[in-house]
Amino acid sequence: MPALTGLAKQDGASELRRRARVLYLLVVLAFAGLFSRLFFLQIIDGDRYTYLSENNRVRLKRIPGTRGMVFDNDRRLLVDSRPSFDLLFVPEDASDPEATLRLLARYLKRDDEEFVALYHENRNRAAFDEIVLGRDVDWATVVSVETHQIDLPGVTLRVRPRRNYADGPAGAHVLGYLGEIGPNQLKELRPLGYTSGDEIGHFGLEKQWEAVLRGRSGGQQVEVDALGRRVRVLHEVPDVPGYTVHLTLDQRLQQAAFEALQGKEGTIVVLDVHSGAVLAMVSAPAFDPNAFARGIRPDEWRALVRDRLRPLSNRAIQGQYPPGSTFKIVMAIAGLEEGMIQPEQRISDPGFYQVGNRAFRDWKKEGHGAVDLHKALVESCDVYFYQAGQRIGIDNIAKWARAFGLGEKTGIALDDEKSGLVPDSQWKRKRFRQPWYPGETPSVAIGQGYLTVTPLQMVNMMAAVANGGILYRPYIVKRVESVEGAVLQEYGPEKIRTIPVARETLDRVRNALWDVVKGAGGTGGAARSKIVTIAGKTGTAQVAEMRGAYVKSEQLSYFIRDHAWFVAYAPAEDPKIAIVTLVEHGGHGGSAAAPLAKKVIEKYFEPEQPDAGQQQVGLQGEIRAN
Amino acid sequence: MQIDRRLIAHFDWTLFLMTAVFVAIGALTIYSANYDIAEKHAGPLPFRQLFWFAIGTAVMITAVAFDYRHVEKLAYPFYAVMLLLLAAVLFVGHSSGGSQRWIDLGIFKLQPSEPAKLAVVLLLAKYFQNSEPARGYYLRDLWAPTLLVTPLIFLTLVQPDLGTAIILGLVFLSMVMMAGLRVRSFLWLAGAGMALLPVGWQFLRPYQQQRVWTFLDPGSDPLGAGYHVIQSQIAVGSGRLFGKGFLGGTQNRLDFLPAQHTDFIFAVFSEEWGLVGCGVLLLLYLALIGYCLRVMERARDRLGGLLVFGMLTIIFWHLVINISMVTGLLPVVGVPLPLISYGGSSLASVMFAIGIIMNVSMRRYTF
Repeated sequence: MPALTGLAKQDGASELRRRARVLYLLVVLAFAGLFSRLFFLQIIDGDRYTYLSENNRVRLKRIPGTRGMVFDNDRRLLVDSRPSFDLLFVPEDASDPEATLRLLARYLKRDDEEFVALYHENRNRAAFDEIVLGRDVDWATVVSVETHQIDLPGVTLRVRPRRNYADGPAGAHVLGYLGEIGPNQLKELRPLGYTSGDEIGHFGLEKQWEAVLRGRSGGQQVEVDALGRRVRVLHEVPDVPGYTVHLTLDQRLQQAAFEALQGKEGTIVVLDVHSGAVLAMVSAPAFDPNAFARGIRPDEWRALVRDRLRPLSNRAIQGQYPPGSTFKIVMAIAGLEEGMIQPEQRISDPGFYQVGNRAFRDWKKEGHGAVDLHKALVESCDVYFYQAGQRIGIDNIAKWARAFGLGEKTGIALDDEKSGLVPDSQWKRKRFRQPWYPGETPSVAIGQGYLTVTPLQMVNMMAAVANGGILYRPYIVKRVESVEGAVLQEYGPEKIRTIPVARETLDRVRNALWDVVKGAGGTGGAARSKIVTIAGKTGTAQVAEMRGAYVKSEQLSYFIRDHAWFVAYAPAEDPKIAIVTLVEHGGHGGSAAAPLAKKVIEKYFEPEQPDAGQQQVGLQGEIRAN
Repeated sequence: MQIDRRLIAHFDWTLFLMTAVFVAIGALTIYSANYDIAEKHAGPLPFRQLFWFAIGTAVMITAVAFDYRHVEKLAYPFYAVMLLLLAAVLFVGHSSGGSQRWIDLGIFKLQPSEPAKLAVVLLLAKYFQNSEPARGYYLRDLWAPTLLVTPLIFLTLVQPDLGTAIILGLVFLSMVMMAGLRVRSFLWLAGAGMALLPVGWQFLRPYQQQRVWTFLDPGSDPLGAGYHVIQSQIAVGSGRLFGKGFLGGTQNRLDFLPAQHTDFIFAVFSEEWGLVGCGVLLLLYLALIGYCLRVMERARDRLGGLLVFGMLTIIFWHLVINISMVTGLLPVVGVPLPLISYGGSSLASVMFAIGIIMNVSMRRYTF
């Protein structure tokens, strides 16, 4: 019977009943506690809180932390923050907002309708939010507003550190720029202390090193009077400035590279071959990061984004191009190491190479005659490498290309680096569900076809050839310091891998690369320098396929003209730096890219000039000896 | 459902009407919290809350419809589902404001930590339904329920949802005490809890630790949590005796709180209705709790009594912690005010709890 089981359980319920009496008491006590707290707040302290709320006298003032400075490898200032003033208006603090704005316009000799329109546009803001009437206003405005403060209730000036890029566009793509934090970013980053209106790194170092450079906002809780003027500070948390970042960049070299690329589209990267330190990285066309710092106008932004020459992309790490003949360096090494090239053996080059029923042409219509490896590299003979490629095979080519870091991101600490593409038979099967056809290998052998690389990968490959086979990870930040100058973190060379390549192989290739510049018939003669020995390799990467026709690049319309490459290192006997120059649609590597490389290399090795007007910042203010 | 007619006859209209009154007060306050003076409307939230009330009523009727003695069969499956949902939140959860608490079900987002509280009550009521030992329970008798409840607490703590984790712990402790834990054992437990506090501290996210510090020293962080606490107290205090009247609150218009229609709704209410309004609201809550305690006393069996008590603790602890937080007695932990705060998961869960209480109340007549 259910009644019995019910009764059996009822026994235990009596104890619950006994405890319930205590519960009534506890609950009443708890409620009495809550009520007395409310009584305390609302009755005893009620007047004080009413005063605070009616006058709404407590304001929150954030003081953004000053962003960290950036220096080059010799303590030359690249980026800092200077104070600037924003002109603000809080309508709630003015008895007649429109009249106040018209008065302000008269003082500033500006059009009053502009201010009034701004006021009306901002109708929907939260109460007591300020309207920004002007950013980074000039000194005359600051003085005028300060003088007439008493007539201008609600009008205030806010000091704000503003980013200043000393060399403007020269370092644009490496240093990056700041922008206002977006709504989605804000959602994610609010726990880290970001609020709306904050600036955040959007590109380059400013983005990748945001956490280091940022600093921490401080704040004040301020009691203000009826006119919005501060009466006293209730609480204060000081702001913490961001850390100072020292780069591996050499500002003079960066400037030289920037000047060399004036009026062109392309990129120049210089590496220290013994560490992977980036000494210069320029992409052209550039933009002026200072425009972002002062608040970029929508039309300026649209112009940058829509520009067909893509000034906002960092071609050094984001541009993916066929390497053209510069890839023959990898081919030579692969052939020698795989035993598929007998360096002394000559082949004859009639000007084309036949695979099945397709003829691959040499860039030199009449051919190079009898060619051995040395001559093939010096004169950049295509037919020699068509043949070599066929023997080495696509998978071995890919293996060696990858060993030198092609087809993978270098891992430099800049955002959105691209990886390029090194094709092989497995990739082809996956991508197209087709086998690799032997007829596709010759294109890859001269750096065309599916193969693409970034300029940074090419210069890093060149650095590994120059230093005896060690592939370093390129890096750009050398040291992070506190504002007081204490070293917090140092970055040094990081080995990606030691490439298992024989000494003789590299010697042989390097010998040829030297002759590319200094030898008779070398394609890189334009890079020959009186100051320093240079070894390198030219490349001309086809953009559009010219089947069966020899067309001079200059005759093509601009956007299908060939890209000009030059990769080099110097000095040839004892390499210190490696460089890549790429000029988009520049035509021949030998004529368009090599002279630029020479200019930049000479800048590095020339006796140092006294710096005219260049700001020197040193801990003890030391003056550099020449 | 052969006893449908008797159920309708015994339906606990008092509890239902009380619930409706709370939700009405809540909807009005949500309206006020979101009211835009310039636009002269309050957006969709107050109306959405009424929609949640309709859903909640359906949930409540479901909780009434079955005989509570079937909890026996229901407790473990329900627990298992909650455990799965809470684990799922970690992987497929929808995050907002730095914590991951919601599962997006398309039409609405479910916050499984709300019904998880119900699972704890069902579980413990089932576990302790048989008569307690004459000497009371020892700590060693508690290993099984502890083992079951701990993962729930852990999973809410890592979301992170400190408020719910605390509520779960308090509900667990309250029920264990009610079931007959010996006083001495309780003291041991409390001592061990204190000792484990520093360990628990490690689990807190920096922003949660910050809130606790801020509570201990409100001046230390005038920008973040400290600002909210101070502004919330200004709102409550400036209500004085009679308040500023409906839609008359000014603190609320300053957008001083990120959650003025959810966790901080009591600040909006007390600014507009003053101590008199707060007193009335507290009396209403007191009436609700007193009525439910009465139901517990008159429950037909121990299972029923424990169910009522457990559901009641959920409401009680939410209430006490929320009001203490808004008035600056406790650190800011995200806990809603039951039946008043905006939120579908919370409202439906509380209405389910009340449904269970009704269930016990109605079946005291039936055998």
